[in-house]
Amino acid sequence: MTLQLLYFAWVRERIGVAGESIETKAGTVAELVEELRTKEERYGAAFSDLSAIRVAIDQDLADFDAALGNAREVAFFPPMTGG
Amino acid sequence: MAPMPVRVQTEDFDLGQELDALRAGRTDIGALVSFTGLVRDTGDGTLADMTLEHYPGMTERALGQIFADASKRWDLQAGLIIHRYGTLKPGDQIMMVAAASKHRQNAFEAASFMMDFLKSRAPFWKKERGADGSVWVDAREQDEAARDRW
Repeated sequence: MTLQLLYFAWVRERIGVAGESIETKAGTVAELVEELRTKEERYGAAFSDLSAIRVAIDQDLADFDAALGNAREVAFFPPMTGG
Repeated sequence: MAPMPVRVQTEDFDLGQELDALRAGRTDIGALVSFTGLVRDTGDGTLADMTLEHYPGMTERALGQIFADASKRWDLQAGLIIHRYGTLKPGDQIMMVAAASKHRQNAFEAASFMMDFLKSRAPFWKKERGADGSVWVDAREQDEAARDRW
């Protein structure tokens, strides 16, 4: 399936792009992260400590073991600092 | 359902005007509580500016959800959340929440609840630029704890 990936804050800086479209067969967020990690060094740098990363599927917060299902957009970012 | 009273914008806001508009023509509001978050200098006067990044789309949804959750828990007559993004200077207004109710306790608690959720559930990230360069502001554990108390 085609997924739109979005990156924010230092995740965006480490990966070097704000977003990208990818083809993947990953079934869960964790599988998607594994796939990205093996792709290129910059993904490894961004995803080196998953406890510092939050994920949203189609703009709703999700866990790493969440199924991607029919997701269209997956975003990765650090813990939020609103307010 | 009425559109959520939520605004995400780069421009500044006038707190007095916003609160006046909230209660204009209303006679059912007995208590109006507001909170304003400001860009605070790091303490030694070296903060040049702070840049807020956000996730367009999810931000509006998350703020709307926070307001909806507050409205479910407390009997509110009106409310408002405004959050800015972009580059702000020390002393600038970052955001505001307001909660209007018949009695003060609902308004105080709802405003506090919205702030606690906004801190760690609204997709904003802050980068501070100071004398030694730029750093992303870390999320604080006490903000998570503040949210969990609800």
